[in-house]
Amino acid sequence: MAVVGGSLAGLRAAEQLRAAGHQGPVTVFGDEPHLPYNRPPLSKEVLADRTRDTAALMHERLAFRRRASVDDVTFRLGQAVAACDLTARTLTLPDGDTASFDGLVIASGLRPRRLRLEGPQRGRHVLRTIEDCLALQASLAEPSRVVVIGAGFIGCETAATLTSLGHEVVVVEPTGPPMNRVIGSALAGAIQAHHEAHGIRFVIGPGVRGLTGDGADVARTASAADLAAAGDRVTGVLLDDGSTIEADVVVEAVGSVCNTEWLAGNAGLDLTDGVLTANDLAVLGAERVVAVGDVARFPNPMFDEVARRVEHWSMPTDTAKRAARTLVAQLGGQAPDPTPFAPIPSFWSDQFDLRLQSYGSPGLADEVTVEEGDLADLPAGVLTRHTRAGALVGYLAVNLPGARQRDLRDAFVALAPSA
Amino acid sequence: MRVSVDLGLCEDHGQCAIAAPAVFRINDDGKLEYDAEPADSELENVEEAADVCPVQAILIAG
Repeated sequence: MAVVGGSLAGLRAAEQLRAAGHQGPVTVFGDEPHLPYNRPPLSKEVLADRTRDTAALMHERLAFRRRASVDDVTFRLGQAVAACDLTARTLTLPDGDTASFDGLVIASGLRPRRLRLEGPQRGRHVLRTIEDCLALQASLAEPSRVVVIGAGFIGCETAATLTSLGHEVVVVEPTGPPMNRVIGSALAGAIQAHHEAHGIRFVIGPGVRGLTGDGADVARTASAADLAAAGDRVTGVLLDDGSTIEADVVVEAVGSVCNTEWLAGNAGLDLTDGVLTANDLAVLGAERVVAVGDVARFPNPMFDEVARRVEHWSMPTDTAKRAARTLVAQLGGQAPDPTPFAPIPSFWSDQFDLRLQSYGSPGLADEVTVEEGDLADLPAGVLTRHTRAGALVGYLAVNLPGARQRDLRDAFVALAPSA
Repeated sequence: MRVSVDLGLCEDHGQCAIAAPAVFRINDDGKLEYDAEPADSELENVEEAADVCPVQAILIAG
């Protein structure tokens, strides 16, 4: 078995192949040099921890526990798979080496989307890997002026952490209040007000046009060529309303791109947004291939027939369990399990003194109601109920106690379709 | 089976109490309580709890 992707999804896939009864060799191919590690703390407690200032120390803190069942799994780390031939069932590595497989798990995940910005490149950061976190920390030796581009979850977490560390943080977001696409505009507005009271400045509306650098003054009417020539190090972010926000450091948190280029050239696959699969995570247009984690686009009958990717931390673990059984059954010539796969999406996010915990898919909602608490006092606890055409699709809890989590999740257990 | 939770890491998310309610519990004060020597029949639930812990604070031995 070949597992392409060496993060949480790849690890869980290897573990679940063993749990599903596969006893033959398993190789996990990862592009990062590290064994699988936990990414969420990189925008929170690990970003704030200046004592773990090497990749080894940071990885020691973040490495996933690996089940004993994967002790004999081979991890080939440090190079991304370059190509795959699903007919010949071979992978090609950048060094020209090839590896053959009987079954394939696609667990290659995401990378940060980068803005195509003219101007200086030094001082631009993203936050996904240990190396990204170390680079950002190193650029923040003294209290800095930071512009975070993008008010999604990673942008907000990073902004909150850096503000707490004493940096001066501005968040720029063209589309609306923070995280509004997922949590709804009323709660998003309340969180924005809360974060502003804690020192984050939000600039909502204008888009980012370019970066200014220390090599030249850039006029508001600067051409792209002038911007490209402007200095070496970022000094500010130029917005499309003509204003400039001064910055020593810029963090781009504008979403992700799927790592599927290595699958190009295999006819029959739908790679328009991740990898399209059936409900049981069998990749459409291929045999003996499954997809797991962020990159798998599958329909969840808990909500509807539409195939979607779900970029939540819970998804690799849930999808790996089902995908491994699908793949082991295919290889063994057994009939597929007819039970619908209906995982309950969930995520959390810690920002200042707020913990957001979500169950379901609140982003699908057309209406949001406050069930408990007061949006003007988020720390005291708020629960919002998210519905679509009147039917429950999500709950968003802010600072509700851990003992309440089970009931919120159970509301979705009841929605799961049966075989 | 022996279970331990790194309480320095634990942030009382409560996901373990959903996965293995016979072993982990969030008490009325919102704090984690757990059975450090659960029956081996709980192994699968405890593995699930360790998998879903957001801060990866749960360790399982023997």
